[in-house]
Amino acid sequence: MADTDEPMVVDGGSRDGGEWDGRWNHINTFLERPGPFTHPDFEPSTESLQFLLDTCKILVIGAGGLGCELLKDLALSGFRHIHVVDMDTIDVSNLNRQFLFRLKDVGRPKADIAADFINGRIPGCNVVPHFKKIQDFDESFYRQFHIIVCGLDSIIARRWMNGMLLSLLVYEDGVLDPSSIIPLIDGGTEGFKGNARVIFPGMTACIDCTLELYPPQINFPMCTIASMPRLPEHCVEYVRMLLWPKEKPFGDGVGLDADDPEHIQWVYQKSQERAAEFSITGVTYRLTQGVVKRIIPAVASTNAVIAAACATEVFKIASSAYIPLNNYMVFNDVDGLYTYTFEAERKENCSSCSQVPQDLHFSPSAKLQEVVDYLTENASLQMKSPAITATLEGKNKTLYLQTVASIEQRTRPNLSKSLKELGLLDGQELAVADVTTPQTLLFKLSFTS
Amino acid sequence: TMAFTKASKDQKYDRQLRLWGDHGQEELENAHVCLINSTASGTEILKNLVLPGIGAFTIVDGHKVSGEDSCLSNSYCDLLLDNDPEFFHRFTLVIGVQLPESTCLRLGSVLWNANIPFLVCRTYGLVGYMRLVVKEHTVIESHPDNALEDLRLDQPFAELKNHIQSYDLEGMGKKDHSHTPWIIIVAKYLEKWFSTFYKKEAFKQLIRQGILKSEKGTPEDEENFEEAIKNVNTALNPTKISSGVDDIFNGEQCNDITSQTPTFWVMTRAVREFVHNDGGGNLPVRGSIPDMIADSEKFITLQNIYREKAMQDASVVSKHVESLLQSVGKVCETLFCSKNAAFLRVVRCRSLAEEYSVETVNKDAITSCMDSADGEMVLYLMLRSVDRFYQQHSRYPGVYNYQVEEDISKLKLCVNSLLQEYSLNVNVKDDYIHEFCRYGASEPHTVASFLGGSAAQEAIKIITRQFVPFNNTFIYNAMSQTTATFQL
Repeated sequence: MADTDEPMVVDGGSRDGGEWDGRWNHINTFLERPGPFTHPDFEPSTESLQFLLDTCKILVIGAGGLGCELLKDLALSGFRHIHVVDMDTIDVSNLNRQFLFRLKDVGRPKADIAADFINGRIPGCNVVPHFKKIQDFDESFYRQFHIIVCGLDSIIARRWMNGMLLSLLVYEDGVLDPSSIIPLIDGGTEGFKGNARVIFPGMTACIDCTLELYPPQINFPMCTIASMPRLPEHCVEYVRMLLWPKEKPFGDGVGLDADDPEHIQWVYQKSQERAAEFSITGVTYRLTQGVVKRIIPAVASTNAVIAAACATEVFKIASSAYIPLNNYMVFNDVDGLYTYTFEAERKENCSSCSQVPQDLHFSPSAKLQEVVDYLTENASLQMKSPAITATLEGKNKTLYLQTVASIEQRTRPNLSKSLKELGLLDGQELAVADVTTPQTLLFKLSFTS
Repeated sequence: TMAFTKASKDQKYDRQLRLWGDHGQEELENAHVCLINSTASGTEILKNLVLPGIGAFTIVDGHKVSGEDSCLSNSYCDLLLDNDPEFFHRFTLVIGVQLPESTCLRLGSVLWNANIPFLVCRTYGLVGYMRLVVKEHTVIESHPDNALEDLRLDQPFAELKNHIQSYDLEGMGKKDHSHTPWIIIVAKYLEKWFSTFYKKEAFKQLIRQGILKSEKGTPEDEENFEEAIKNVNTALNPTKISSGVDDIFNGEQCNDITSQTPTFWVMTRAVREFVHNDGGGNLPVRGSIPDMIADSEKFITLQNIYREKAMQDASVVSKHVESLLQSVGKVCETLFCSKNAAFLRVVRCRSLAEEYSVETVNKDAITSCMDSADGEMVLYLMLRSVDRFYQQHSRYPGVYNYQVEEDISKLKLCVNSLLQEYSLNVNVKDDYIHEFCRYGASEPHTVASFLGGSAAQEAIKIITRQFVPFNNTFIYNAMSQTTATFQL
């Protein structure tokens, strides 16, 4: 592609990392040329490419279906400083879409193998893997990135990431310092459906602003499972939740390992027996596995589409070449291809990003259990295992905490005590910690009569 | 090798088998796809077909042929079209990527005559484009997302009626009362409701009054009654055949059954026979009911009423299939299953020739879509215009920096000549002409990858005959992250 009339701006020519003529042409087109639809802040420059190649630091969360696609797309779009975090190891069932992995890699950490593959295949690219949970890192880690892009399969993890980036925001005299904002691009897929969204923490709708878009996972009622099964799924849940703990088929203290085929086989057989008792048909091995592992069907194509949309947004934001997606795109290719793009609105009183203190309205005779129930069941909060502390008589007191067995035991009696009995006052601040957020949330207790 | 026994394939493909089943996977593994041009877009499409297990693929190189052969042909593809067009007849599906217009139209014609599905794909700057060209694609398993249930509450079949009769809500004990399926509850209250005009709110109130009361007179907690009230909204919808299925019944192929008639049309005709002769104007009963609060026995018994009726109806349809096939000297191989009868789909795409011909161009669609001047239709017109540019100048506009400015006016001439030729009274904003020069026919990877995922899944739909392909032009705008589908 020799251009004889104008010197082509090519990266060096013989740098480390093996550049070749025209390698980044398709990117330079968008960085060097002015255009009618570019971002108002965009200025064509021959230096923008250098920023992408040398300086811009991207964090990819998840090296699974979306993560593999994201890493590939980013690496091929000129990003060279990429970190990837994933706490999982590779499973055979990943291989139909997580294309950076091969059969020989099964059992190895996803982050490591993904990084190796990309680094070996894309000269100059440096992906740094972290075989860790996102919660293993603190602000000092996350602060170093220009953009963070998530390919997670868990709402809890998303909310945690959301909370982390919100905690990095700096306000001076009530005004948000834009340099403290790290954009978060979030992708999700399920079968033939997916979505991609762009979040500027503190400025646009955050994950918790739109929590109602993720309806709470429906679990079957216990009475159905225990005594009135109707579907094959009820039979499987019966075996998993009630029969296994009772019969301990593989020994005392051996929990059900969803990845152990022998365990699944046992559950399958027992489920069939249960189903036969009630004349229920449809229990298959595949169904059993699906229920026990909470399997969500997945294909390569949907992940490719959503990751690509996310990677396009990373590029737009990093280069200022175009106005980013504002701010939520939904995709579904069950019947033709359908997308819907809209602006998710910030929630004025969002529990995470609004800085509006959250009120808790309870009667002083209400039990602490009711407060815990509210925190978990309320559609906008959807906490998992909230830990509540309050300042009483000048001292920090844990009212209830579930995640540490000894403290749970000690504080359990508080659940059946009334708020008044616990010494809580009207207008009192309650600090609530939960796995859905890295920061403690503050609530104001408002007594109703 | 040892690696790919059935069991290990089940493991590897587990997540997708849950979507299209073993039979869908088999179709995929028996397919042979042809990819023309392994550019970024092409390789992405291929990757997304290899990963789920496509049986075989052939890549036809799109690079310019050099040497003696180059006189008449632009590419290896053109060479094949010139010398051996039947080369393409062996494929299940042909995917053409980044094809120049002339090659695309020639190939389109060959494949149309040979009845081979053709998927045209293109990444042009921040725009993605797909065009599906298939004469007729029939789908039995369309897997609709949110289908209404087929409960027949407005016209209960005999067995359902009898079963409903067997319940005495007033005479039941509390436990039975609270665990009676909502379908029975609604059916019972329908019997009490004599008006032909269903006022849903009043009907719901009537049901609510049926909730048991405690000694104090407060209503008990009866979730099954709450379910009944909630489901009144949809449960009272009249049982009828959708217009889409009706159209399929009225199709030509449904009328003239010959020994050449594909299975789909024989089945459909058989269902039609059922509707007119056995079903009282209705499709065979689907046979499924949603889960609902009920004790196991009541639920399973009710479910079996529907299932058995569905099987009965299916066997009547199967008899029709048998006799239709016998009448043309064939033997029945597949069994009919009721559950898909309401969801049959047929996709017919116009040929490229029809899209490109001045006589048959879809002027209405283009003009009305251009009412939103910044929608996706303008991007379609721009793609057609750059093709025109290529025909005239043997290159695309703005490939090199120095060309961008001067190509704008040249491209504008192409736009105008296109609009004139097709008598399209629309306005294409200069901004788009500038933008398409700016793109310089680049193929950015993220856009290629979006297209790669989209195209691969459409290919899989064609091959597996499950889920419904688009009809027939799909445009992706990466600037706004929006898409549109047009029938051109």
